[in-house]
Amino acid sequence: MRTWNNKAWFMVIPVVILVAFSAVIPLMTVVNYSVQDTFGNNQFFWAGLEWFNEIVNSERFHDALGRQFLFTFLILAIEMPLGVFIALHMPTKGWGRPASLVLMSLPLLIPWNVVGTIWQIFGRSDIGLLGHVLQLLGIEYNYTQNTLDAWMTIIVMDVWHWTSLVALLAYAGLQSIPQAYYQAARIDGASHWAVFRYIQLPKMSSVLLIAFLLRFMDSFMIYTEPFVVTGGGPGNSTTLLSIDLVKMAIGQFDLGPAAAFSLVYFLIILLLSWVFYTVMTNIEKQGD
Amino acid sequence: MAAIHLKQLAHSYLPHPAGPRDYALKRIDHVWEDGRAYALLGPSGCGKTTLLNIISGLLQPSEGQVCFDEEDVTNLPTELRRIAQVFQFPVVYDTMSVYDNLAFPLRNHGHSESVVRERVLRIAKMLDLSAVLKQKARGLTADAKQTISLGRGLVRENVAAILFDEPLTVIDPHLKHKLRMQLKRLHRQFNHTMIYVTHDQTEALSFADRVVVMYDGDVVQMGTPQELFERPAHTFVGYFIGSPGMNVLDARIEGNLAYVDGRSIPLAQGYDAIAGETVEIGVRPEFARLVRKEDAGEQGLPVTVKRIEDIGRFKIARTEFFGRELNVVIPEGTAVSDRANRVLFDAQHVNVYADGWIVEGEAA
Repeated sequence: MRTWNNKAWFMVIPVVILVAFSAVIPLMTVVNYSVQDTFGNNQFFWAGLEWFNEIVNSERFHDALGRQFLFTFLILAIEMPLGVFIALHMPTKGWGRPASLVLMSLPLLIPWNVVGTIWQIFGRSDIGLLGHVLQLLGIEYNYTQNTLDAWMTIIVMDVWHWTSLVALLAYAGLQSIPQAYYQAARIDGASHWAVFRYIQLPKMSSVLLIAFLLRFMDSFMIYTEPFVVTGGGPGNSTTLLSIDLVKMAIGQFDLGPAAAFSLVYFLIILLLSWVFYTVMTNIEKQGD
Repeated sequence: MAAIHLKQLAHSYLPHPAGPRDYALKRIDHVWEDGRAYALLGPSGCGKTTLLNIISGLLQPSEGQVCFDEEDVTNLPTELRRIAQVFQFPVVYDTMSVYDNLAFPLRNHGHSESVVRERVLRIAKMLDLSAVLKQKARGLTADAKQTISLGRGLVRENVAAILFDEPLTVIDPHLKHKLRMQLKRLHRQFNHTMIYVTHDQTEALSFADRVVVMYDGDVVQMGTPQELFERPAHTFVGYFIGSPGMNVLDARIEGNLAYVDGRSIPLAQGYDAIAGETVEIGVRPEFARLVRKEDAGEQGLPVTVKRIEDIGRFKIARTEFFGRELNVVIPEGTAVSDRANRVLFDAQHVNVYADGWIVEGEAA
């Protein structure tokens, strides 16, 4: 016979409260705003899916989404291979090992808005080292006026900030490969490329999947760094999704559309993460 | 196939070894004959794996030479040495199918696909892998993976020697026997020189026709299982081979008598004065008998029987002789009297050791 002990529910209450305040209630607030309209005075009117309709069909949203995809695609295309390349060439013993680990970790320890500030100053042509040197070399570079320069700056900044993460994860994956694999490969006469292709890459695949997902989600949500450097400009050229969202919600105080925007944004990240995860784990499992 | 000559081989992992203590391998000078199956036996850390890696070229010895037949391969890289090696933990290329795993070394050496196909199919058939050729290697059991590792060595036609580094460690007990038999069969079929590292004596004795015992960086004995059993060259071999191990007692030797705590033990051979800090005699429990005082006459060591263990095929009497442990094997079907308290040794099988190493006497 089963004994029912309802006291157990009391034990769960603290967690329920915590989760409610940290996740459920704020999220439901946003859902609430997204289906209502207000003209001030704390009066709300039912708006249905109107805001969603407006957002999904707005050119502004499409543009920001396009820029967001471009940004995420570029930084993934650079950071993933570069991180793996660095991990493969990091020292595995001696003093170089701790030294490189510390150096690699440094960018990850800097607060995001500080990273933005660093690059904002670094790139200025009057007082910034990078900007000034480029100027001296005769290269026109101005991230506040030129779209391409602005994009290059935020891309390089993100690569500088986050490649370490990919490299460190890949490095951890490499460290877990037993020596016997390398020895067997030598006995089998495998080339460096074959060792990478058939031993290192497969053994790293699970950490690389994590790295990919983390970088995808983080870059898709990126706000602080590009905002500090370019403020979304010149024009709207570096206005990524979250920058646009903040402009809409705080700048224009369009709470309804901003809430709908947030939810669509959230769903896109969720959906893409799920798709990536499913596709990648299936590729791994293929043929088992 | 080749004989492996180790000439004055020594290895230290330190850049500037000062004394014998710094060497993982101390001065080894041996020939491993062509086509023999050797078991390399020894406790962990005795240098077995070091020796194996030197032979396969994964490690460069600090001193001495490795020769396959007449060819000096000391400075030859692993991939040119024609060595196959199976490791303790199965190494398979996860993303490849079993077929591609077996084909991998051949493709790396630039063989045409038709040659690859023919050899892979032949080896797969021999190793019972034909049914799983299309599967991914990753999904297979540990024993199948070890078979694949072995197969990757066998597909290369010109293999000089196959090295095994404790290959059955992760295999289920009931499959160990099967794999050992498969190895023996392959050995008979191809006559490859095989070197099999293990610390399990059953595995060593059932696989090999020569057993090499290593201890603390030295090869202490190389011989047939019977030689190792009857005349261990070092007291360590006596302990290590056989269960229970050899009884070793401090002794004083005079001519063809050994004295242990004033009791005399007859020896089959006569000995001159023996140099050495410690002189011991060693007798296998199999060559000792436990009898009653009246049956022993003047001879025999007086002992107290602590307990008798029945381990199936025979019994072991654990006895004590003035604080020293003495084991006696009692064959099946032999009755032991409750009053048995004398241990007699078979003089033919009492070996004399000085500083651990066997001393040869002269026929008396």
